[in-house]
Order: sequence, then structure tokens, then C-alpha cells
Amino acid sequence: MAASVDTVLDALGDRTRRAILEKLVLGPAAVGVLADQLPVSRPAVSQHLRVLKEAELVVESVAGTRRLYRINQAGLVVVRGYFDRFWETTLDNFALLAATETEADNRKVRREQANRNRPDPGRTHHK
Amino acid sequence: MSTESTAAVEVVRSVSVPLSQARTFELFTTRMTDFWPKEHSIGSSDIAEVVVEPHTGGRWFEHGVDGSECPWGRVAAWDPPRKVVLLWQIGANWQFDPDFETEVEVTFTEEAGGRTHVELAHRNLQRYGDATEQMRAIFDDPKGWTGTLAAFAELTIAETQR
Repeated sequence: MAASVDTVLDALGDRTRRAILEKLVLGPAAVGVLADQLPVSRPAVSQHLRVLKEAELVVESVAGTRRLYRINQAGLVVVRGYFDRFWETTLDNFALLAATETEADNRKVRREQANRNRPDPGRTHHK
Repeated sequence: MSTESTAAVEVVRSVSVPLSQARTFELFTTRMTDFWPKEHSIGSSDIAEVVVEPHTGGRWFEHGVDGSECPWGRVAAWDPPRKVVLLWQIGANWQFDPDFETEVEVTFTEEAGGRTHVELAHRNLQRYGDATEQMRAIFDDPKGWTGTLAAFAELTIAETQR
């Protein structure tokens, strides 16, 4: 699900988080580098980055053992949101189709069982 | 900014269905017409059929109701019943572009009770970044995809509230 307006506004409503974004505008950075440049601890920066990530304002990439954070381009937020909703709808449709198939399978099995359990009419007649 | 210097952007979605792994794989790859959102036609007319050719290197395309054929991409990996990787080669102008690739990886994992977990990852969306402005223009065009977007959003809300 794309980040809601509320999530984005909440994320931006904190001075430290805005400062982090301003640093990231200059280029991608790791948590440690950001912590060195800001009057907050490394765990606090991590926590803020998580909020910014959830709001889809920053993205994280892994290069070897390093995690780099960078600004999420506004256009990409739109693109990502679009595909996120698109695939959600498509997979929901798929789940409905699968459920319909399962129903059809079960009905077939029940019908076959019913046929097996029913006594052979010919035999019963001659008993 | 070059495409590859941008961080990877992806969308991951999953769903669990009450079918075996093999049946789920088959359903996903042979019945795409039945679950693909109807509004999402790239071609000149409505979708009559969505086809995934069942082999690596196969084509992924739509048949329009007017008989036209419109390519979407290719099959990058065909590994039934575990995995299929499709290349979505629709560029920012919503036209097929053989030089443009984003990757849709779908994995099928067995779950308890004969169910299957389907996970779909659409990767390399950052490649749209180079054409972001063009993309935004299309999204903002009232006659363009915004209507479709709004319909998707409504559907999504309806699903969430159900």
C-alpha cells in the first residue's frame, strides 16, 4: 500500500527527520555518516530513517555490508504506488479465481464420492 | 542521473490460495486473462486474452478484442511449479519498448493444508526514473491513466473494508 498523506505528513512533522532529508538531498548516506552530522544518536537516526522509509520518502539500498539511504524521487513514489495498487488488485483477483477453482474441485470430489457410495441399481434389483 | 546509480525500487505483494503448488502455477500462467484487471490494456482495444508462452524466452502479450496483438514483454525464467520471471517491457509512455526491462518475479511456495503462497516482486521500477517527468504527465492527464488509477484505488479501499 502506498504511503498515506497522513503518514507522509507525520514523517515530515519532525525537525530531525527534515534535517535527515536535507542531508540526503546532497547524496546517499549511511546511518553512521548521518549520525556524525546530526546532534542525535545512531539508533535515533535509524529510527527516524525507518519512519521516513515507511512514508516512502527515502529508500534503502544494500552495497556489500553497507546500507545506504537516499531520497525517494517523487515520481518514483507515484510509479511505485501505482504498481503496488495494481498488483494488489491483480493478486486479489487471482485469489478469487483460485477459490472458485477449489470450489469446483471439491464439488467434483463430492459428486464422485456420492456416486461410489450409491448402491448399483442393477444389483439391488436382482438381489 | 543514470539509471543504475539509483537505488532499486520494487513492489512486493503476496497472497495465499487454497490450491496445490502445481495447480497454482498453472492457474497463474494459463489463466491470466481471468484475473488481469480488464482496464489495463496497453493495446488499441480491450483485452481478449493475455498470453504467457510456457518457456524461457517465450513472449508475454495481449490479444485485443479487435484481433490486434500487443507485446508486453518476455519470459525470463520458466521454472514450474516454483517460479516464473516475466520481463515487463512497457515504458513510461505505456508503449512496448524492447530496450526497457522491469522484472516481475512470481514464486510459488507450498504451505500447510495444501495451500500455496504466491509472492510477486516487481523490480527495477527505478528505471522509470529517467522518464519520471513524462510519466507524471501521463498520470496527470485526465484522459490518461488517472481514471484507471482512481478505479484501482477505489477497488483497493473496497477490498480493505470488506
